[in-house]
Amino acid sequence: MESKNPQYHETEAIALKVREHIVRMSTAGGCFTGASLSAVDLVVYLYTEFLNVTPFNLNDPNRDYLFLSKGHDVPALYGTLAELGFIQKERLEKHLSLDDYIYWHPNTNIPGIEFHSGSLGHLPSVALGVAMDLKICGSSNKVICIMGDGELNEGSCWESVLVANAYGLDNLIFVIDRNHFQANMRTEDLIPLEPLAQKFESFGAAVKRVNGHDFAELDKAFKSYPFQKGKLNVVIADTVRGKGLPSIEERADRWFCNFSAGEIDELLLELHGTHTTSLTSETLIVR
Amino acid sequence: MTYEELLTATALNDEQVIVMTAENRALVRNLPAVLGKRFIDTGITEQTMIGAAAGLALRNRIPVVHALAAFLTMRSFEFVRTDLGIANLPVKLSGFIPGFLSDANGPTHQAIEDISIMRGIPNVTVFAPADEDDLVKMLPQIWQSPNPAYIRINTRKTGYEHEPFELGKAEVICTGSNVTILTYGLMFEQALIAVDILKSEGFSVGLVNMRSLKPVDEEVILKTVATSNLIVTLEDHFLTGGLYTIVAEVLLKHQLTAKVLPIALNEKWFKPALLPDVLQHTGFTGKQIAERILGYQTMHLQPSVLTHAFSE
Repeated sequence: MESKNPQYHETEAIALKVREHIVRMSTAGGCFTGASLSAVDLVVYLYTEFLNVTPFNLNDPNRDYLFLSKGHDVPALYGTLAELGFIQKERLEKHLSLDDYIYWHPNTNIPGIEFHSGSLGHLPSVALGVAMDLKICGSSNKVICIMGDGELNEGSCWESVLVANAYGLDNLIFVIDRNHFQANMRTEDLIPLEPLAQKFESFGAAVKRVNGHDFAELDKAFKSYPFQKGKLNVVIADTVRGKGLPSIEERADRWFCNFSAGEIDELLLELHGTHTTSLTSETLIVR
Repeated sequence: MTYEELLTATALNDEQVIVMTAENRALVRNLPAVLGKRFIDTGITEQTMIGAAAGLALRNRIPVVHALAAFLTMRSFEFVRTDLGIANLPVKLSGFIPGFLSDANGPTHQAIEDISIMRGIPNVTVFAPADEDDLVKMLPQIWQSPNPAYIRINTRKTGYEHEPFELGKAEVICTGSNVTILTYGLMFEQALIAVDILKSEGFSVGLVNMRSLKPVDEEVILKTVATSNLIVTLEDHFLTGGLYTIVAEVLLKHQLTAKVLPIALNEKWFKPALLPDVLQHTGFTGKQIAERILGYQTMHLQPSVLTHAFSE
């Protein structure tokens, strides 16, 4: 959304729609609003500009794959899949309802979602297995796994980096949604990650660090894939938790939000830049 | 036929089969040269190997995955439960040196709760062959089945020729009205010895190789209870969650009671040593098993299993 390049107007418009969906899902039980807003631009960019995966090729084993390991980002994925025609937009109104499967973590009842997640540090290895098989099959298709920076505390993430590199999986891209927050804490205050790029590089990966909200920068990085022949690709996307809603941006206590209906109306106005809200934490249920 | 020969033939015949290991190549030493890229060694990373196996299964592969039973089931437990169980992917877990077979390794390597935890995962099936002949008779059906499976690998040669395998069915070795031993895995060898001793003492003795623990053969348990005075559950596994528990669950489900003597490990890891010494020290040789059963039968001795853990 930082880009003012006319080339990305459509992508920006879709990202704004996805943010609207997330705001609407942040009530009547709520969702991981702050956590998912940081990944919106990443997810929308990947589906609209980079990956060969559409509602029409889901049964093709030689499509590209996107795995969302950071399960709390799933409202961003639901919104994107709805905007791109994988699912009907009306299904989003069934958020948290027993009538559908639009709940707090990804699951394969939703077309376009490749694998369930919720327990952190799992999908790097699942994506690894898919990338291994594409290599065995001689397919040039690519596999993305989006991980949270807090998720990197899980040792299994680093096992996967070691193994991916040992097998020369340059068809695999780990994307880190680097919003600098764990659940309730800033990463650097709890388990510091920096220097993160050097950590991945020392494990053998080829790393690019970009502004995760700048489509031109994302494009430049992803279109240079594979970053280095025979190496795992890692994109560290610096992002802002709550991006798009100044009243919740960068706030540890806006990881999960459950707003009242009135607050949702205010937040939608804020999202479109016509209004500034002053929501107080007392009105929220924070997990 | 050996385990490795069967796996080699199966993998060569079926492009879907992928052989994986977390740097435990004892059972699959010759496969890298034969399978090329369809042999994947992820190094000492049990949980990542399970996740990767899930990814391969998403691509319609059938991964046959090798590691020491203790680490395959416990180190990667949540990966098995979450990546294989929830998704119900046909990944086949070959856990070797389970139970007493880890003999001198010590408690870190003792998989004696593996049956309990694996059978607790929805969709995951559990099998425990009596020996290599039993194993190679079981595996073709297990590998072809659509579910994730845990196989408590046992490649010992006993010379016993087993009946053909059927998923969910036990193998009745012999029947007897006084006592019937239900067992699986390594203890089958000792059970054969115990049965001979008991028969020579004039008892009518039955023996059942339970081999398919989930799904389990309820029918054979009910039939045994109806026809045999005493049931002995014999296993190199903790008392909790294994065969004794399975039998108890089946009986309760059918509102039945029975006289059951459990011979199992109770709340204690076994003392490491070479296998014959482990069996002797723990009281699991065929002779000791026969003596326990005789003691129980004649009421001269109390069943020692329940006090074993606290007696040393």
